[in-house]
Amino acid sequence: MINERKVRLGDLKKGEKGSIVEVGNIYSSQELIKRLLQMGLLEGARVEVMHEAPFGGDPMAVKVRGSLIALRRSEADLIEVLVYE
Amino acid sequence: MSKLEPNILRVALVGNPNCGKTALFNALTGGRAKVGNYPGVTVERKEGSLVTLSGLKISILDLPGTYSLDVKTPDELITRDIVLGNQIDEKIPDILLAVVDATHLERSLGLVFELLTLGRPVLLVLNMMDLAKKNGLDLNFSILAHELGISVVPTVATRKEGMAELILKIENLSLQKNVSLPFSTSWKKPGLDEIRKRFSDVDRLLDLSTRHLTYSVAWTDRIDQVVLHPFWGTFLLLVVLVFIFQSIFTWAQIPMDLIKSGIIFFSNVVAIFIGEGPLKSLIVDGVIAGVGSVVIFLPQILLLFLFLLILEDSGYMSRAAFLMDRLMGKVGLNGRAVIPLLSSFACAVPGVMATRTIENRRDRFTTILIAPLMTCSARLPVYSLLIAAFIPNKVVFGPLRLQGLVMFSLYLAGIVSALCVAIILKSTILKGKKPILLMELPSYKWPSLRNICIGLIEKSQLFLKRAGTVILTVSVLLWFLASYPKAPAHSTVPPISYSYAGQIGKIIEPWIRPIGFNWKIGVALIPGFAAREVMIGSLATVYAVEDREHGVAELLGSKLAKDWSTATALSLLVWYVLACQCFSTLAVTRRETHSFRWPAFMLLYMTGLAYMGSYLTYHLSVKMGLG
Repeated sequence: MINERKVRLGDLKKGEKGSIVEVGNIYSSQELIKRLLQMGLLEGARVEVMHEAPFGGDPMAVKVRGSLIALRRSEADLIEVLVYE
Repeated sequence: MSKLEPNILRVALVGNPNCGKTALFNALTGGRAKVGNYPGVTVERKEGSLVTLSGLKISILDLPGTYSLDVKTPDELITRDIVLGNQIDEKIPDILLAVVDATHLERSLGLVFELLTLGRPVLLVLNMMDLAKKNGLDLNFSILAHELGISVVPTVATRKEGMAELILKIENLSLQKNVSLPFSTSWKKPGLDEIRKRFSDVDRLLDLSTRHLTYSVAWTDRIDQVVLHPFWGTFLLLVVLVFIFQSIFTWAQIPMDLIKSGIIFFSNVVAIFIGEGPLKSLIVDGVIAGVGSVVIFLPQILLLFLFLLILEDSGYMSRAAFLMDRLMGKVGLNGRAVIPLLSSFACAVPGVMATRTIENRRDRFTTILIAPLMTCSARLPVYSLLIAAFIPNKVVFGPLRLQGLVMFSLYLAGIVSALCVAIILKSTILKGKKPILLMELPSYKWPSLRNICIGLIEKSQLFLKRAGTVILTVSVLLWFLASYPKAPAHSTVPPISYSYAGQIGKIIEPWIRPIGFNWKIGVALIPGFAAREVMIGSLATVYAVEDREHGVAELLGSKLAKDWSTATALSLLVWYVLACQCFSTLAVTRRETHSFRWPAFMLLYMTGLAYMGSYLTYHLSVKMGLG
């Protein structure tokens, strides 16, 4: 597919959306992955970047499973997203 | 306490943050709650009760909001321990009310599935049904109830809708099942795949029971286009902060003046009825003056909490934290530290209490430790007195005058030193992993007047109780130290110099001489430790200024101007910016950190900082010819 690309959630800009492919990698702590999952950031869920904070766009707020979740880009980088354009 | 009575049905409210648990608690209990603390932690314990039409007594326990039972923060751990029956002094609840926000079913039902694995009697409360319906939620309650195997009650807690049905279902459940299981329930930390499975169960359940599932509230998204806008959102936050700051100073003034004249009137009346003597002195100068100096701040504190409750209830607070996260991150703190620090401009006591919303313990303690460096309103009278007496009111530039500029620099000095201390603490003793920001930005809601009133009453009771007991003890103690032993008859020097306080002042004089203070300042600093502004009254006593009713500041000011050098006054001002002269702050820090170590550390580091600051100020000023 040409119009799809895999990126880290932390690399997305306001208005971009996609679906989560993978949460966490072998280096990330289980606790952190758990917290991300508990907030609804799960594989298969659709995410959209709704807001970027002032002074550099970090943290960001994403819409996932009907809720608006704020997180820093360093944590968002643990989430791999398939972006539709 | 009801937990010891066997014939009471114990019901606990469990749910996500912002699901309307507190509103449901108020709707069920009429807002009459016993508020206290769980042993060993500073988490608030809130319990209320009700009696059903059939005479069943029910106690309702409001548990801290949580997304899961697999948690870390002290609040959430309390919820888990109580639900599992592991909390000391707390019996396992007979029934769990799983409260979910019906507008966020996709996320909130996860916790319900987790609760169901415990095998405890659970009732599902679908709160905020009015909003959910407005959004077009089409939910089949009987399918939901059948699939989950538990009863489901739709409610609108803010309007008390669904309460009768809920109480009825609680009664039915208590009859159906053997609810007096005496032992704790077992629970295992879920693995990553169990969490994933739980959410796919939620999705399957919602597929079966809903025909139309909406994605949050459309107007929340529209409001957020402005509120979270990088430029306009920041601008709006600034306006909100300035407005709160301003109104705490201006609006609170009228009730504060009323309380002040009430206290003066009261002490005059008391003075008439009690004959001259030590008892009168104890009650008027000790108890009324001491406790009164704290009660005066109640309007400011109530106003501050009113704003805090509105911001929290409406859903704006977490947005403010989102906007400020980057800036606060620069000094190693979390965006949530903004509100407590701002509150500390009124008074550090509510500021320290407001740190409870900060998840990370190290972040929270850092915020508590720097909160008293923000210039609180009790410093203001002292600043005004000293600036008026020592700083010439000459024009610096345009409308800027030197006096105003000095006042502004004192505020600025407090902020800058607070931020510097935060950086130092976060890179040394409170060093930790980079804090995580992971929070929900809840949908906007109109704050409920009823809940805000109940919240304000709770807060003021707690404030008066906590501060009152401490201040009362200290006031009586200080009165004693300043009054005894009595001066011999026909003495020409002020009687205070004979007292224990006077003797202490003489003892500490060699210590404070290097920073330009004389023994009289030393004496005044001792009662000033209980409440900063008390120092003015103490100085007035020491300098034997007779006038009590009016013009104290002017009279005292001119006396001070003759007795002190400008260098001494500047040194004292810097001392006031940095020193931890507030017993209430230390007491509340002790409560919130649940340790004597942190208030002791606060006292030590702030006194050290103040001593260095005053020393430098004094000697630099003397060098500049102000000695």
